[in-house]
Amino acid sequence: MLHLFALLVAASTAVLIFAGGLVTSTGSGLSVPDWPTTYGWSMFTFPIDKWVGGIFYEHTHRLIASGVGALIMGLAFWLWRAEPRRSVRRLGYLALGAVVTQGILGGITVLWFLPDAISIAHAGLAQLVFCLTISIALLTSPGWKRAYARSGSLTNTHSQPLANDQALQWVAIATTGLIYLQIIVGATMRHTGAGLAIPDFPWAFGRLVPPVWSAAIAIHFAHRVGAVLVCVLALATVAHVLYHHGRRTELRRPSFLLLALLAVQVTLGALTVLSGRDHIINSLHVVTGALVLATSLVLTLRACRPRFAGADAQTVSPGSALPKPAYVGAHA
Amino acid sequence: MIRLFGIGVALAALTAAACGGGQTEPAAPATPPPTVSPVDPATAGNVTGKIAFEGTPPKPTVVRMDSDPNCVQPGVATTDELVTVGEGGGLQNVFVYVKDGLGNLRFPIPSETILLDQKGCHYVPHVFGAQVGQTVEVLNSDQTLHNVHAVPTANQEFNTGQPLAGMKHVHRFSTKEVMVPFKCDVHPWMRAFVGVLDHPYFAVSTADGTFSLKGLPPGTYTVEAWHETLGTQTQMVTIGASENKEISFAFKSAT
Repeated sequence: MLHLFALLVAASTAVLIFAGGLVTSTGSGLSVPDWPTTYGWSMFTFPIDKWVGGIFYEHTHRLIASGVGALIMGLAFWLWRAEPRRSVRRLGYLALGAVVTQGILGGITVLWFLPDAISIAHAGLAQLVFCLTISIALLTSPGWKRAYARSGSLTNTHSQPLANDQALQWVAIATTGLIYLQIIVGATMRHTGAGLAIPDFPWAFGRLVPPVWSAAIAIHFAHRVGAVLVCVLALATVAHVLYHHGRRTELRRPSFLLLALLAVQVTLGALTVLSGRDHIINSLHVVTGALVLATSLVLTLRACRPRFAGADAQTVSPGSALPKPAYVGAHA
Repeated sequence: MIRLFGIGVALAALTAAACGGGQTEPAAPATPPPTVSPVDPATAGNVTGKIAFEGTPPKPTVVRMDSDPNCVQPGVATTDELVTVGEGGGLQNVFVYVKDGLGNLRFPIPSETILLDQKGCHYVPHVFGAQVGQTVEVLNSDQTLHNVHAVPTANQEFNTGQPLAGMKHVHRFSTKEVMVPFKCDVHPWMRAFVGVLDHPYFAVSTADGTFSLKGLPPGTYTVEAWHETLGTQTQMVTIGASENKEISFAFKSAT
């Protein structure tokens, strides 16, 4: 049940990121000038007939954010009460702290008229909150707990010992880190208004490299170069998985998903430019970026699964008489 | 413990310095503006003229206002105000002002309040001028919400909500600035511009493109005409005592 709830929280966070993307894409960030109130009302009693124009996007974003905040609070509480692994409980507390900070950043950016640094930090922290919820969902999953083995410990579906493949771990970590960096560059592009600084695609002013430069063009071009680098690194990771661990379902599935999402993401990026930043396409590009990051994170964590054997043993739960799960004792 | 205390004191001092808490020279009080105009009406002249649009004016774009049903008027297709050209080719909504030439002359702040109305989900007027310190009142005449968001570069930015019809917001700009945009983030098509000056020599071209700068003291001036999409143009003009001069500007589409 805890795992299912964690999945629900992660899915809700993805919806929240899409709603946040809509706010930026429609330029509605300041359509509700006050915070935490909404035109003087409590946000929960703000009349629905007044959800017009840009207010619709900003106000629904705030409401969804409140809901996600409450869900993460519930998740942290549940983990505190029921999760024997200290590291996973701490992830819950971290997610709670992050989502509270995220709410405050969202408020500050409204009250300070959307300063670029705060807005970019708001976008960057949103991805971290999503990553935390995804991590919790993964770490509470039955597959993770049994180390992706049908029986025994630290074995794969074919009862072979899980390879501690350090090459895979490092390339997956690098891919995930680069995707996050790419998202930050994308957020910088969005919030500095550089989304159409290069108006054509796949060329840049008809060339491979822009013939003219400005700060906006440089940020935009960096995002395009970043996309190429992400694709190269992701392909390297997937190739490594398929070549060395092709029979490990828990690695093969996210690898294929990563490729599919990357293809969708690059297409959405191109369409964002070609459509003159259509707000739906633009927001789908934002949330697909988050899904690419989450998929790469799942792949990375699964590749690093053997490293977590020690962490599983830390089941100290102060004030709790919860029994240790069976999978811990198997390899502790 | 002593070290911790020392770090605390250093941090407090740093914070105070960052927040301007340190001792600074008190700013000299600004000289209050005069109550009477320094210009002798007996020798004052006028600059009048017309703003023309050359070529074929762009077709106005219909504004989609269906994101707020309160703004939609059945059977009425509202168009944008980016380039408004009258029948005689006159260009409306051009802000014309004396950019340079008044020297150190200082002028009283007008007591009259300037009204910026939000009516039919549009700002009325679309372009206007105000003096530094003059009262600008922003009124919501609509049965819907607006946020009044001024986005200056030299003055203080503000963003205030007007959820109910009849609500007013009063503002006085502190620094001259041409132009300060107003926008409503609820209704993204709503835009207005105010030229804030420290003198009264400004005008906005009317529907036929004409304008008039009245009561100028004799001298040589740089007159600038500003349009929100067509850019700016300047002209030098010299007027003698009680002289009336005519000048004209011609804008054409950039594309």
